Amino acid sequence: MDYLSPVSVEEATTMLSQTPDARVFAGATDVIPQLRAGRPEPQALVDLKGIERLMALSQSDGSWTIGAAVPTVRLTESAELRAEFPGLVEAVGLIGSDQIQSRCSLGGNLCNASPAADSVPAMIVNGMRAVVASGSGTRTVPVADIVTGPGSTSLAQGEFVVEFELDRPPANTGDAYLRMTPRTEMDIAIVGASARLTLDDGVCTAATIALGAVAPTAVRVPDAEAALVGRPIDDEALAAVAAAASEACNPIDDKRGTIAYRRQVAGVLARRAVATAAERASGRETGEHRDGASQ
Amino acid sequence: MTRTHITCTINGDEVEFLCDQDETLLDALRDEVGLTGVKEGCGTGDCGACSVLLDGRVTCACLVFAPEVDGTTMVTVEGLAEAGQLHPLQQCFLEGAALQCGVCTPGFLVAAKALLDRNPDPTETEVRYALAGNLCRCTGYDKIIRAVLDAAADMQTATNGGSTAATTA
Ligand SMILES: Cc1cc2nc3c(=O)[nH]c(=O)nc-3n(C[C@H](O)[C@H](O)[C@H](O)COP(=O)(O)OP(=O)(O)OC[C@H]3O[C@@H](n4cnc5c(N)ncnc54)[C@H](O)[C@@H]3O)c2cc1C
Ligand code: FES
Ligand code: FES
Repeated sequence: MDYLSPVSVEEATTMLSQTPDARVFAGATDVIPQLRAGRPEPQALVDLKGIERLMALSQSDGSWTIGAAVPTVRLTESAELRAEFPGLVEAVGLIGSDQIQSRCSLGGNLCNASPAADSVPAMIVNGMRAVVASGSGTRTVPVADIVTGPGSTSLAQGEFVVEFELDRPPANTGDAYLRMTPRTEMDIAIVGASARLTLDDGVCTAATIALGAVAPTAVRVPDAEAALVGRPIDDEALAAVAAAASEACNPIDDKRGTIAYRRQVAGVLARRAVATAAERASGRETGEHRDGASQ
Repeated sequence: MTRTHITCTINGDEVEFLCDQDETLLDALRDEVGLTGVKEGCGTGDCGACSVLLDGRVTCACLVFAPEVDGTTMVTVEGLAEAGQLHPLQQCFLEGAALQCGVCTPGFLVAAKALLDRNPDPTETEVRYALAGNLCRCTGYDKIIRAVLDAAADMQTATNGGSTAATTA
């Protein structure tokens, strides 16, 4: 296995076209355990961290640009990003340990295509887009369109994610992410739920809700979103969110949770995530959310 | 396979070594550089026994490819003691009996140093979260957490007394 370290997007796409059996990596926190578990070795490993654009984190008037290989510790350390997207930052802050977060990236969390990847529901509710490079240039794709099933993506051979685009939120907008794990730290989500709301005088004007770990890919929950838009966030609306979230699940039975348990927890977490996002949107965060982040 | 030549700084010294392209940093530190303080517990990022500071960030050496560290600066457990003086963390682990077999200890010490470098006065909860990536199968965690809190307190006293007990990497 060769180790290759390109310093530009163009050099990387050339390497990938010359070595069809090459695999890109960023933090290698999924790649190395998979190789150890017996996944076939690629001919070459292409380290994306030497490319400046993939390691850049910047903001402009209208949007944030997050390099696909930026270690997530840089996102959790950014007070500005946390102020605008507390839910996205709490999602990446739940990945692994400090040791893992020194290395792991949004690009790796997305493209590893685990149904339980913590950042993905939060990226989806915030409408993030992936800038994807190949030998023929770049294209911009909604994050929601990248993962097609467990371990598979819509990226063609030789394509990789360069960076993510994240529009600054409108006024009175809040997001949240909650997950359920048996252990507080260092565990994989049984259910993850993310919500983002915009309020106008207490009435919801926009809502996005996405669930992780309850279907082959992260899923949006349009029925729950429709139950919120045009209404105040009251008990009735929250009950409708919970029912729609449970209904949207297509989970598996495994040692960590049964289908019935996952469905019920998905409803509860979606409801709580909406409530927290609403508090944040109205600037009335109670701070109770932290304790419920994982239990 | 051709071996790759690496130049880096480890515990303040410039170090050169040869490694295979698919070798992990953990194997290279132990087998090529001879720094055997770094331990392999799992090889998959779960136990933290292989923790090192890589450019100031706590990292599992088992999840890094050795060729990646060319040009970087690292600290391993061997770099904590200075001029024959144990680091306050090491002293407090000894005094508090925060180890039994000791396999996990280098990783705990390095992860705890990373915490104290950025947060010299952590709460117990902060210590527990910061060390969640380190597993110990013999001692139990209470003595380890207490040793880290004691070291933080000692270092605060030493700093306030005018001398610096620890330097940052
Ligand atoms: C101990 C431990 C705990 C963990 N805990 C969690 C957790 O709580 N939650 C969670 O979601 N995950 C967890 N993970 C999984 C992993 O850390 C995350 O998925 C991480 O975000 C992967 O990022 P990476 O940069 O290390 O990916 P890598 O291992 O570098 O890559 C992962 C995959 O994505 C591909 N890839 C990487 N970058 C790109 C790119 N820019 N474009 C296209 N493809 C790319 C690679 O080819 C590979 O297939 C854990 C892992 C470990 C070892
Ligand atoms: S050996 Fe690296 S984390 Fe266990
Ligand atoms: S002292 Fe034996 S593993 Fe911790």
